[in-house]
Amino acid sequence: MRRAPVVRPAARAAEFIAQDAIHEPAHDARLWDLRVRRDAAARGVHEWERLRDLASKIREHTLGRLDAYLEEFEHNAERKGIRVHWARDAGEHNRIVFDIFRARGVTEVVKSKSMLQEECGMTPFLEERGIRVTETDLGERIQQLDGQPPGHIVMPAIHKTRADIARLFAREIGSDAGNDDPRYLTESMRRSLRERFLAAGACMTGANFAVAGTGAFVVCTNEGNADLGASLPPLHVASIGIEKIVPRTEHLGVLVRLLSRSALGSPITRYTSHFAGPRRGGEMHVVLVDNGRSRLLGREEFRRSLKCIRCGACMNTCPVFRHSGGLAYGSIYSGPIGAILGPAMDERKFRELPFHSTLCGSCTQVCPVKVDISDQILAWRRVLSAGAQTPLLRRQAVRTAGRILGSPKILRAVTKAGRRLLAGAPRILAGSRLLSPWTQHRDLPPAPRRSFREWYLDERKGRGTKQP
Amino acid sequence: MRAGLFIPCYVDALHPEVGIATLELLERLGVEVSYPIDQTCCGQPPASNGDQESAARAERVFVRSFAECDAVVGPSASCVRQIRDHLDALEQTDDVRRVRRATFEIVEFLHDVLRVESLPWTEFPHRVGLHNSCSMVRGIGLASPSEVMGPAFNKAEDLLRKVKGLTLVPIDRVDECCGFGGTFSLTGGAVSARMGLARVDDHVRHGAEWITSCDVSCLMHLRGIASRQRRDVKFVHIAQVLNGGPM
Amino acid sequence: MVRSSREAILAWVRANLPPAEAPPPDAESPGGPPGLLVQRFESALEALGGRSWRVTSAGEAAAKIAEIHPAARIIASAAPEVPGTLRVERDVDPHGLAGVEVGVVRARFGVAETGAVWVTQEDLVVNALAFLPQHLVVLLDPAELVRDMHEAYLRARPGDTPYGCFLAGPSATGDIEGVIIHGAQGPRTLDVLLLAPGGRADDGRR
Repeated sequence: MRRAPVVRPAARAAEFIAQDAIHEPAHDARLWDLRVRRDAAARGVHEWERLRDLASKIREHTLGRLDAYLEEFEHNAERKGIRVHWARDAGEHNRIVFDIFRARGVTEVVKSKSMLQEECGMTPFLEERGIRVTETDLGERIQQLDGQPPGHIVMPAIHKTRADIARLFAREIGSDAGNDDPRYLTESMRRSLRERFLAAGACMTGANFAVAGTGAFVVCTNEGNADLGASLPPLHVASIGIEKIVPRTEHLGVLVRLLSRSALGSPITRYTSHFAGPRRGGEMHVVLVDNGRSRLLGREEFRRSLKCIRCGACMNTCPVFRHSGGLAYGSIYSGPIGAILGPAMDERKFRELPFHSTLCGSCTQVCPVKVDISDQILAWRRVLSAGAQTPLLRRQAVRTAGRILGSPKILRAVTKAGRRLLAGAPRILAGSRLLSPWTQHRDLPPAPRRSFREWYLDERKGRGTKQP
Repeated sequence: MRAGLFIPCYVDALHPEVGIATLELLERLGVEVSYPIDQTCCGQPPASNGDQESAARAERVFVRSFAECDAVVGPSASCVRQIRDHLDALEQTDDVRRVRRATFEIVEFLHDVLRVESLPWTEFPHRVGLHNSCSMVRGIGLASPSEVMGPAFNKAEDLLRKVKGLTLVPIDRVDECCGFGGTFSLTGGAVSARMGLARVDDHVRHGAEWITSCDVSCLMHLRGIASRQRRDVKFVHIAQVLNGGPM
Repeated sequence: MVRSSREAILAWVRANLPPAEAPPPDAESPGGPPGLLVQRFESALEALGGRSWRVTSAGEAAAKIAEIHPAARIIASAAPEVPGTLRVERDVDPHGLAGVEVGVVRARFGVAETGAVWVTQEDLVVNALAFLPQHLVVLLDPAELVRDMHEAYLRARPGDTPYGCFLAGPSATGDIEGVIIHGAQGPRTLDVLLLAPGGRADDGRR
């Protein structure tokens, strides 16, 4: 079995930074602005921290009784005329969806944003079998036309400039390449997508939440594309990860109040839609998907990542993400949450993601459901280090460092030698393989004449005749 | 009041002036300071890379060095955080637990334990930007994190405001990470450098002549970048400012 | 023994269940000032790009719609007070609303905290009425405002209807460089007319 190549986020990020003086600074500024808006929105809710705590408790409680809540959801959904399917993995999900469409002769599908459907590789699967799938979220549509995965879970094309999008639209939907006004570009895509909406035989959505007590699921958008899609063709298929379950309707109040404020700094998304049954004369299907979630549930250190409500606040606050661009992570789940979900999905492919972090902890502080992201990143480093998933050279370097730091005598010798080299031959040191990653971007400090220890022995213990 | 002086490995090797300032500052405040001569490191380089087995070696030396001290004080929020929160590669004996609890960073020791009211021996008539490091803010709680909704406080600022002539310069992103991140400074490449430059320019843009911090590691990274990018700003550890030298 | 996927997944979940946590405390409304609900609703709606107008009669509502959308030829209405040019009946194929310039619906209540209104399949008759027309007008009784989303969910009971939506502002996107543009896929504008439910206009005008 061919293994996917290891994703190297630092190298990809370097390319993102090096492409010009526009993309990376703009990406950083735009996402920091969302962090600032998030802070302002949070300040407007005086019980904000209590709300986060409550949301975390709701999610953790649910995970502790997930089996019962899943059965309750299924029972209530079916009573309302929703057909509920269960998919163990991505492949089964795709086959179930395909069978639904094939049995009804559907060849045109419009979909709203669903990370789960991307995770399952659903679109290429369906398109290989003659079903055309059109993303209707503007950011997802941009990425679809460009053959790229989303670069951010809430704003999939935020790493692109308007000029990039103008060039793309001219190529793909025949708009004017010279007009990069966002209003014109949005209008062009509106017209293009409207045809697809009206011609669609089915609509697909994800779900932000699925309520066990009622069998209803919730879809939050700002464009209204999920609602437009669901209101036209008579067939609606929703893909829902088993971790999306919420016990009661009242819990939505807590989560909805946190979601959009955390994501974009607005009190609510413009459309918060609740589906609890098919339209008159229509059909509604829900596919509940596991795809590794039950396994993650069983991992004590990492199960709390299942609390995630996909708001993207961790990405907006993370300076590493803002300077790297989302595509650097090689996964639809990027940034801090991606660093802890990635290795759970494929330990080898994503083994560098937890190291593409400074462990600054900002993500943990903005997360509306209090996922301990930064702690889990460190925990993944321990797992990967113990399982020999880190590069051999680095493992050896770290082990050597451990030996040096564990021995007072060796450390003193290394310190003295290093200082002599720094004083006498700084350029050689700077060019060395050990230090060139440092000196590629930073100058070295000047070498002090004495270490602190030497100073102390000289000045405070009167050791010798060293000159001040 | 007796305390053991904890000098982080890179402070010992590259910035002894920070260790000297810390020692002198504690002595000025009437603390009887001992310096365990065979200490090495807090173990963060292997620990933050997930290599617990290697971290244990340094952790053992640390506990051995400071087992007899009532309190342990060091000029590094990052190392102190490692000791208090992550010194767990060792079996957690009574000694280990006691040393972990007794370890303080210099600012928090002055602010919370000694409750310093004034610093009459020092003067620093300059515009100073404070780099609120991650370890200081989200690590050991010396200042309120900007992400969390609650009362604002900053113990480092409280102390800096007692320094005659010092003007604190407000910046845009008050506690954004500088991009050092330990070995991330070696593996993070251009991202680490861009993050550092963003911090430097935030201070420079607001007119800071000096940048100070509770973490020498951050300062080394920022100084290296400022030098390479020819930014006109100087760097000093907070212990040096509070002690009035050595510069 | 072939196990269904349902049984397999539930078995895996049961095998991996974390220790049970106590049920979370009740999600209560934080309360807050009971007054100024209309003003707070209006400013929240405005922040999301919607507009609100206070009208006192069905006739005034129709006139306001004509004023906001003077060029509209087809106004499809499910609201009792506004006849429109096209009544939205039960059996209309939603695709038939594609040429509609303005959709009109009466919402059941609004939420001061977020500037949202609650509309259901029963209110819309055809769900596409709120999304396919180029513009949307919503009638709302200013006495029917709740403070926040906790109160809103208690009142809305979304499990009781096949479709219900908290609608706050016109369709919008920031996907291009973070610049907010209205009319992404759904309605380009949203106007809320604050009007208590009442009789029809009897002067023949739209």
